[in-house]
Amino acid sequence: MSINTTLPVLKPADFASDQDVRWCPGCGDYSILAQMKKVLPTLGLPRENIVFVSGIGCSSRFPYYMNTYGMHSIHGRAPAVATGLKTCRPELQVWVITGDGDGLSIGGNHLMHAIRRNMDLNIVLFNNRIYGLTKGQYSPTSPLGKKTKSTPMGAIDNPLHPLSIAIGCEATFVARSIDTNIKHLSAMLQRAANHQGTAFLEVYQNCNVFNDGAWEYATNRETKAETTLQLEHGKPLIFGKNRDQGIRLNGLEPEVVELGQGITEDDLLFHDERSPEPSLAYLLSRMRHEDGFPEPIGVFRSVDAPRYDVQINQQVEEATQAKGPGDLEALFQSGETWEVS
Amino acid sequence: MATSTPGKTVSNIAEATVRFCGDSGDGMQLAGTQFTNTSALVGNDVATFPDFPAEIRAPRGTTAGVSGFQIHFSSTEIYTPGDTVDALVAMNPAALVTNLGDLRDGGVLLVNQDAFDKKGLAQAGYQTNPLEDGSLDRFKVHAVEMTKLTRLAVADCGLSQKEADRCRNFFAMGLVFWLYDRPLEPTLRFIEQKFGSKVPQVARANSLVLKKGFHYGETVEAINTQYHVEAAQLPAGTYRNIMGNTALAWGLLTAARMSEKRLFLGAYPITPASTILEELAKHKHFDVLTFQAEDEIAAMTATIGAAFAGAMSITASSGPGIALKGEGLGLAVITELPMIVINVQRGGPSTGLPTKTEQSDLLQALFGRNGECPLPVLAARSPGDCFDVAQEAWRIAVRYMTPVLLLTDGYIANGSEPWRIPSLSEIPKIPVKHPTPLDNGETFEPYQRNARLSRPWAIPGTPTLEHRLGGLEKQNVSGNVSYDPSNHDHMCRLRAQKVANIADDIPLQAVQGPDSGDLLVLSWGGPYGSCATAVHQAQAAGRKVSHCHLRYLNPFPKNLGEILTRFDKVLIPELNLGQLGLVIRSTFLLDTIGLNKIEGKPFSVAEILAKIEALTPA
Repeated sequence: MSINTTLPVLKPADFASDQDVRWCPGCGDYSILAQMKKVLPTLGLPRENIVFVSGIGCSSRFPYYMNTYGMHSIHGRAPAVATGLKTCRPELQVWVITGDGDGLSIGGNHLMHAIRRNMDLNIVLFNNRIYGLTKGQYSPTSPLGKKTKSTPMGAIDNPLHPLSIAIGCEATFVARSIDTNIKHLSAMLQRAANHQGTAFLEVYQNCNVFNDGAWEYATNRETKAETTLQLEHGKPLIFGKNRDQGIRLNGLEPEVVELGQGITEDDLLFHDERSPEPSLAYLLSRMRHEDGFPEPIGVFRSVDAPRYDVQINQQVEEATQAKGPGDLEALFQSGETWEVS
Repeated sequence: MATSTPGKTVSNIAEATVRFCGDSGDGMQLAGTQFTNTSALVGNDVATFPDFPAEIRAPRGTTAGVSGFQIHFSSTEIYTPGDTVDALVAMNPAALVTNLGDLRDGGVLLVNQDAFDKKGLAQAGYQTNPLEDGSLDRFKVHAVEMTKLTRLAVADCGLSQKEADRCRNFFAMGLVFWLYDRPLEPTLRFIEQKFGSKVPQVARANSLVLKKGFHYGETVEAINTQYHVEAAQLPAGTYRNIMGNTALAWGLLTAARMSEKRLFLGAYPITPASTILEELAKHKHFDVLTFQAEDEIAAMTATIGAAFAGAMSITASSGPGIALKGEGLGLAVITELPMIVINVQRGGPSTGLPTKTEQSDLLQALFGRNGECPLPVLAARSPGDCFDVAQEAWRIAVRYMTPVLLLTDGYIANGSEPWRIPSLSEIPKIPVKHPTPLDNGETFEPYQRNARLSRPWAIPGTPTLEHRLGGLEKQNVSGNVSYDPSNHDHMCRLRAQKVANIADDIPLQAVQGPDSGDLLVLSWGGPYGSCATAVHQAQAAGRKVSHCHLRYLNPFPKNLGEILTRFDKVLIPELNLGQLGLVIRSTFLLDTIGLNKIEGKPFSVAEILAKIEALTPA
């Protein structure tokens, strides 16, 4: 066994596997892959201590393209696979790559429980609001009325909102980014990686084959300043090309207001990502484009809480300290025994 | 020797079967367990059969809520909890009506007379009181006012009437302890340990009531015979009584120690497997991680993640849970990671009979997955055997890099028997080797194979061995995703061959009795005891019958096919509609005779013996 006394300096290319990337040309996944390869070398971790776990879907091919340990598991189960892995080996950095169908439909239960346990996992949900790998059926994040191959007359089930779900499960780190906003995306990946506990990052990702333009409003150069709002801790919620609009609380409801004419920055909602109470983060997660709000990107919530993976191992240590290392013979002899000669 | 009571006779008998039954809140499981432990401590061989309803507390006094515990104890070696009952304790009319059929003519019937009131009788469907209408004349009936006597005994303990009534089971125990000449001390110690420090008044009350029941037997003239069962001659050693699921959990702990591994159990609560999770959760200081998952699928896939991490990884469930794990099992097979998947079988299909035993998941174990998805299948035959099978499952899993399916059943899981405590020096080590980092820029090949066809178990954290596993078909050797038709064909055959190769690594099938004859009884799993006993008895009566009991269901021992051809007929008793029979027929082109029962109960010896007699010349 060779021991690394000093960590080698790694470059993005060191994280590329020898496999051809098989996503469709123009897919938003390429950008996320590129940013991931850029971010990982900055974390100072040996490559062998990083594991990517995924489920099924286009996004879930991700582990094959990373020269780290990885598992492309089964549909929806990546958080559970990652939980077993991380529980046994808390020293590993474990990423879960999932999509809107994988994470919120077939795997919704596992996602919810991984988050509420605050397992130290970095979960990246690529949200393209469509089933891509099965060629274009609607997904749990598709909007109402969405016409797809499986909903020729339009979707009639209310969409799920990934961040609302994560905050509902009291996720300790919740963030959103956009595939084309590469600087922001790489900053969010870095924040997620550095968070202790479950980091949940939703990435608006374009499927240019089956749902092209689903995030057009948030990515178009002309409109994105009006349709998105970059969250900054301790700063007021301001947006717009001229940074002249803001979000104010009216009772329990957010409202868009124009700055000036008696409304100053001090009247606006100030972002506090460290608030232990998740209600404001939840409120932000409910600000939707179709309701006339800019959609926040950035870190919604980042708080500290005990981690399952740490605590389960602490219980082993505590039990060992209290009882001594397990002694099989003493166990077998415990309780009533008798001799036969 | 019996401690004879003046005025009473002591009858020495070779063996006896006692059943306690009452409401599920009546403490019958506790009574049975205490009687079992005491019988084991005085040196009898014992076998037990707890039988309880799926409802935790069905309405009081109804037949749906009857819970029973049967103990067979003997001065000779025994393998079953007994066919018919010599002494039946019935705490209410519902318990009597549902259990009386198993009491032999002339058997002892102890009933709590106080429960035979109008309401109790009506709930059990009795038109007239059986204690008065002569319908029980063929038994030795002792109707005892257990409720009243218990309340009197605890009058000064400061308990409410409800609390006092909860001590009733100890009265019944005391009386049966006297009847079978068992010491009270182990149960008195148990009471002290369980209640002594927490609720001393309850400890005192239970002790008083236990003694009161015993003294009642000594004093009351109506019960004039005491029975005595001498100690059995078991192989020398230190013994303890052990339940199947406990033995299984301890076998897993032992396998982890013998392979120097952390133990990870991913499980979701399900009857009758939950006590494996509970038992392992008690032993965290053995470097045990127990993960109660959100569902069966998470339990399975977390187990896969833990196996990838390099732990000794296990999931334990029952049939419905295994059905949910099916897709995960496929991933475990294609990723070729070692782990143990335990199915404590119960009555199916669907939710079926959750607390009753059955062997109807054999075909599910062998075939219940999509694709060509072979995995080794082992089955335990008795509570104590679970300890050994758990270790054997792990030995095969790591040697062949494969998930192993281990079958037990509700009867084995909850039953108990004396277990000779092994010394650690007699337990074989289970060596595990993980590949170490490569030098000189070599490329790691995760699907490179050794002579057994198993691949290396490289674990995250090892430099230079970074690789990706997954559910997509892999190129042999390199482990890269491959859609190549001939590679897929090759890999399917390779995985099948790898599992088939295990036949080279397991003992040849043993035959109990002559190696040819009129009839071979072929059994697997829980019916072992009934089959072994019935075959012994038939052999003693001069029948040309032998017995094979299978531990390995996939692959079969190499000599099995040849053994089967040496007998005129093969009888397969199974608690299903003929699943092993189907596999034997398709594997060896051999017609067998099934003895099939799916009543949620184990075979009696008499049922098997009758079939043997019908199939062989006298």
